[in-house]
Parts: sequence; structure tokens; C-alpha cells
Amino acid sequence: MLLYAIKRLILGIITVWFIATATFLAMHAVPGDPLSGDKAMTAQIRQNLEKKYGLDKPIGEQYLIYLNNLAHGDLGISYTQKNREVNDIIRENFPISATLGIMAVVFAGIGGTLFGALTALYRNKWPDTVIMLAVILGISVPSFVFAAFSQLIIVKINTALGFSLLPVAGWGTVSHILVPSMVLGLGTMAYLTRLMRSSMLEIVSSDYIRTANAKGLAQTRIFTQHQIRNAILPLVTVLGPAIAAITTGSFVVELVFAIPGLGRYFVQAVQQLDYTVIMGTTVFFGAFLVLMVILVDLLYGFIDPRVRLN
Amino acid sequence: MTQQQPIPDPAMFTDDAFEPLHGELRVQKLTRPSLSYWQDAWIRLKANKRAILSLYIVIGMLLFTILGPQVWRVNPAEQDLLQVSSAPGADRSAVLVAPYRPWTNIPPAPIKPGLKLVGQATTQKVQLIWAPIPGAADYRVYRDIIAPDRQAGIYGLPLGTTGSASDTYYEDLLDLRAGTTYYSVVAMNAEGKDTAKSETLKIKLIDGITASEAVDRGLLKPDAIPPLGTILQLPLHPAGTDYLGRDMLARLMQGAQVSLFIGIVAPLLYVLFGIGYGSIAGFLGGRVDQVMMRFADFVVALPFLLFMILFKIGFGIGPGESGITPLIISMTILLWPGTARLVRGQILQVREEAYVNAAQLLGARTGYLVWRHMIPNTMGVILVTLTFAIPTAIFTEAFLSFIGMGVAPPTASWGSMSNDGIKSMLVHPHELFFPALMISITVLAFNLLGDGLRDALDAKMRSRE
Repeated sequence: MLLYAIKRLILGIITVWFIATATFLAMHAVPGDPLSGDKAMTAQIRQNLEKKYGLDKPIGEQYLIYLNNLAHGDLGISYTQKNREVNDIIRENFPISATLGIMAVVFAGIGGTLFGALTALYRNKWPDTVIMLAVILGISVPSFVFAAFSQLIIVKINTALGFSLLPVAGWGTVSHILVPSMVLGLGTMAYLTRLMRSSMLEIVSSDYIRTANAKGLAQTRIFTQHQIRNAILPLVTVLGPAIAAITTGSFVVELVFAIPGLGRYFVQAVQQLDYTVIMGTTVFFGAFLVLMVILVDLLYGFIDPRVRLN
Repeated sequence: MTQQQPIPDPAMFTDDAFEPLHGELRVQKLTRPSLSYWQDAWIRLKANKRAILSLYIVIGMLLFTILGPQVWRVNPAEQDLLQVSSAPGADRSAVLVAPYRPWTNIPPAPIKPGLKLVGQATTQKVQLIWAPIPGAADYRVYRDIIAPDRQAGIYGLPLGTTGSASDTYYEDLLDLRAGTTYYSVVAMNAEGKDTAKSETLKIKLIDGITASEAVDRGLLKPDAIPPLGTILQLPLHPAGTDYLGRDMLARLMQGAQVSLFIGIVAPLLYVLFGIGYGSIAGFLGGRVDQVMMRFADFVVALPFLLFMILFKIGFGIGPGESGITPLIISMTILLWPGTARLVRGQILQVREEAYVNAAQLLGARTGYLVWRHMIPNTMGVILVTLTFAIPTAIFTEAFLSFIGMGVAPPTASWGSMSNDGIKSMLVHPHELFFPALMISITVLAFNLLGDGLRDALDAKMRSRE
């Protein structure tokens, strides 16, 4: 187990290094440099500035400086916002994204388990049909459409009531989190519902459920203690990809709902071509996602003894 | 000792000692016609109503994309500035007006209190005149599309002031739109503040077009100009127009070309690459297989969307480029490992099958084995993967275009159209609704078709219904 964890961690570090290198190369493939297009400057000033920021050094040396800075956790300074470090931007905005993301995962997890269990319980009856229809819609409709239409519905409800029941956009109170986190978790919830359903149906025909039935356990007890508990296991494996989906989904949801999270910052940086912020946040998001996937895999080994033994 | 059977006399076995057996001689003959794998799959697919409906939708989408621009020959880049952001089914009539000339012959102010319209209210100009309001030092003119709230003093957009108490007329030329409009004139006191005294007039504005504009747009012939005041019909836009007055239907078709092109070509490329990679790894096996699959694991671990964005930046899309090629290349680079893993697994499985051993024993060469046995037997799984890869690719394109990292303007894609539409969603919902609907229907159809194909083609992967 420990050996496995170390192995995964090393592979993770290599992945992050690769992301950082690709980031560096992409940054150098972009035409222009941080000094071009700012102000007209004489060749002498330009030379001095290049010297100051180390841009006159060969690319290999620049790469080493970059890696060294990265190893010390320094992601650089924003192009468009003078004197603002990428680290500060992440420190200020990531907690907001994390709050939203955690809410979305909780929402998707609870909803997916519940709805998946319901469809399996009422298999081929109307709750199953209705939920599975909603799941197909949830998988097929892009998150920005959900975000836009939920905003439209909030506006209509607020107008009809004459007062503001739910805020349309922004950040600050608990009511601000509610709708965006639901929209953010919706796609993942649909996916988890589907997975939970097939997992539940598989377990129904297993030997230990038959044993439980044979020894006369109450149906509700079999359902809650045996079926759901075992059916949840496969859900944990997709938690890694789910976190990745929710992280990237937050780009759109934060943009539409005007939430000052890191995702929105990232998209704005992309639109303003603020390269250092794009690169810094990319490396940060990349490292975050790689770490999450490793943690989820280790967690899975912890939960399921069958995986641990292998 | 057991009693020995008497040996029958060979002379007994003459031809007439036997009787022909009547009935079926070929006991192994099949009573039903033999079906190939694909025929069988097709029958199963046809039984699945949802999948067949989805197939029709997919075919319809393809026809819309390929034949649509032949039928609806409107340039998607052309701007119809008289019908900006017009909803489908909006009033298309426009009145022929004289070219604009400054307002000089101002009629005398009416005696009766209230606002009066001078001439016709068109999107070219609105001219108002009113009786002087007692006690007013100046007048401020407002415009709104909803009825003003006089108690609260809300009149809408302030257009300007007339400048003096004696000037009781105003000409509005500012960004006029057809439809019901409320004009309010509020009397101002000597300090320049609005007072409670005001007059409001409700006007229905209609589109106005001058003869030379109409000729430019091909609505009229230069040698046959009808008299002023004639009602002309502006060009039809079945799905309305966007915020720049471009025809939505034509743009949806252009967007379909881009979205479906990316959605089909990118999966095709990476699935093909995945097949090649996976079958080589699976066939060679051993150390090569291990190294190849480790590399695939590594590519899987890369955060996909972040890398898509990085690649896009690395390619450095210049002005006027659509950005389609970099999108397809980066998708191919990042998404092949899924297919490669799947194909490798299938090849490993098929390699151990008895019929492959039999073929080998009969002297079949490697190429023949791969081509005749391995590829056909993995085809079903590959087709299902491809069908599910298409909606993912369409989604990715839409997502990237939505955040401004996908297809570059002026090229339309459903994602970039949604991005444009979301900005004016509350006022002009059709600009978001149509592209969003196209994405959703297409993705839904491909997902349901994929489900159906999986059920029809692969017994092992069949979903538990």
C-alpha cells in the first residue's frame, strides 16, 4: 500500500513537471514577450529590462529559473494587473472556487446516490423512467445552458414574487451558493445516478443479497445496509474524474453567475491574454487535479479491502 | 462365457435389403436464414425505437449541415441593420421614407396640453411637439419601452433637454427600434431639476427605410421606386437575427458545419490512432506493451481541458484564423488513450480465442489474422466508442468556444453563438435558445444512438435494463 502510494506520488510529480514544461513551451511559442506592445521604448531600455527580468538569457537557463521558481511556489506576476502576484490571485480566489466545488460534489454525491438507488428500487416503473429521462437530459445539455436558464428562471420567479427570493448572480451569502452549486453538480449527478443504478442492479442478483433474503432480513434493512453500501463503492472511483469535471465546469458557472472564483479569473485571463496568470493557474489547477486523482485512488484502496489486497 | 452373436451372412447385405430413409437428410441444415454479425446487430438496433429516432435526428442534422446552405442561401456574415436582434416571427414591414433632412420647418406649438407627434414615427426619426407647460424653465425628454411610473418619477432613458422654456419640440434620432415606445416630457425648474409636471405619449414605432437603402438591399429596383409611405417587406429571418443583425438560421448552419466537423473528425482521428496504438501494443505484448501502456496512462493523467487551452495558446491563433485545426489536433493528441486501452484489451482477448488458434494452425499469416479476425471482432466496441466520442467532442468545442478559447470570430460555432447569446439572454432569449437547442439535440441523439448501438453490437457491454 505504502509502496503503491509512493509510486503514484512519483508519477504525479512527473505529470506536474510535464504540465509545467508544456506550459513553459506554450508560453514561448506565443508571439511577442512581456515587454512588447507595452510602451514604445528605446533599444537601451529594452536591453536593460530584459537583463533585469532575465529575458536575455538562453532559453535553457530561463527554463531552469522557471522550474526553480516553481519549486519555491512562485508562479510569477500578472501582465495586465501590475504588481499583482499570481500567488496572491490564487490565495484570494481559490477558496471561493473550493467552497463552490465542495458544495457541488456534496450535491452531486447525495443526489446521484439517492436518485440511482430510487431508480433501482422502482425499476421500470414511473420514478425510474422520469429520473432516467432527466439523467439523459442532464448529460446532453451543456452546463452553460443550465446556468443561463436557471438565471432566467430566478429572474422570472423574483419578478413574479415582487421581491428577490434568490440572488441572480454574485457571491457573499449562503443563498448565493445554492443555485450555482446545483448547476455545477448537475452533470456529475446525472453520471453518478446512471452508475449507481447499474451498480445497484448488479448487486440485487448477488449471493449475499440472496442470503440476506433467505435469512429473513427486512427489505428496508437489506436495501440500506447491504445494497446501498456496496453499490456506493464504484462511485468512489469516478470521484477523481468528477472533481476534474467540476473544476473545469466551474469556469463556466463562475463566469455566468459572476462569482469571483479562480475559474472566472482563469477565463478572464484567457480572454485578456494575461499569459502569466493563465500559466500560473494552469500549473496550479493541474497539480490540484493530479493530487485529487491520487487521493481518490488511495481512498478507494482504503475503503475496499479487495483493492487493497491486490 | 457369453454367448457369441451369430455372424450375419454377408449375402444378406444386398441393395434391396435397404430402404431409403424419407425425410430430411441434412440434419445440420439451418431452418432459419443465416445472419451475419452486422445483419443481426441491425435487426436489434431497428427494434430500439429511441435509437432509430436518434439515427433519424443525426441524419437530419447532417442534411441540415450539408444541404441547408444550398437551400437557405443567405450569407451568414451579412448584417441586416434594420433588423438587429429581431426575434423569429417579428414584424418585417418597413415604411419607405424620404432621406433625412434636418428639422427646420417646426410647426407652432399646439394649444391643447399634451404631446403631439409630427409626421410619421419611424426608426429614422421621431419628431415631437407639445404645448408649453406652465412654470417650466426647461424640458427634459425621456424614452422607455414600458409605461413610465409618474409617481416614482421613472421615465426611462433621458434623451436630452430642449434648452429653453420656449423650445417645445424635440427630435429623437438615437438608436431607434421598432415597437411600442413611451415618450415623456418632464418640465424642469430653474435649478435644472425635474418637477412633477410631465406629459407622456405612447407611440408605435415602425421601421423606416429610404429608397436608396432599399435599392442597396435589393428590396426595390432603381427604376421603379414607389411613392413615399409605401410599406415594404424586409428580408425574412426564420430564426431571427443576432446582435449584429446576422441571419441566425444561416449562422446556425455555418455553426453546424464547424461543430459537427470538429465533433466527427476529431473523434475519428483519435479513435483511428487509438486503434493503431492499441492493436500494436496488444499484438506485440510483453515489454513493448508495458512501456506503451505506461505512456498511455501518463497521457490520461494530463488534465484534458487545461491542456486543450495550453495547446491553443501554443498554436497562437492569428487574426482571421478559425482555430478549427488546432482544436482537432489537440483533441487527437490528448484523447487517444481511451480507445487504445480498449482496443488493446479486445485484441488480447481475441488473441486467445480458439478460432484464432485454429487459423494459426491452418497457416494464416499475422496480417491476415489481424485483418480478418482481430479487427472485425473489435469493430463493434470501436463503433460504440466512436459514437460516444462524438457528443464529448461537440461538448468540448462548445465549452471552449463559450469561454472564448475555441473557434475564433467571425466563424460561427454553436458554442460561440451561445456565448454571444447569453449576454442578451434576458431581452432576446432566441439568440441563446437556438444554438443551445442545437447542441442539446445533437448530443442527446448521439448519446441515445450510442446506447442503442452498444446494446445491439456488444452482448458483453449491454446495459442492464
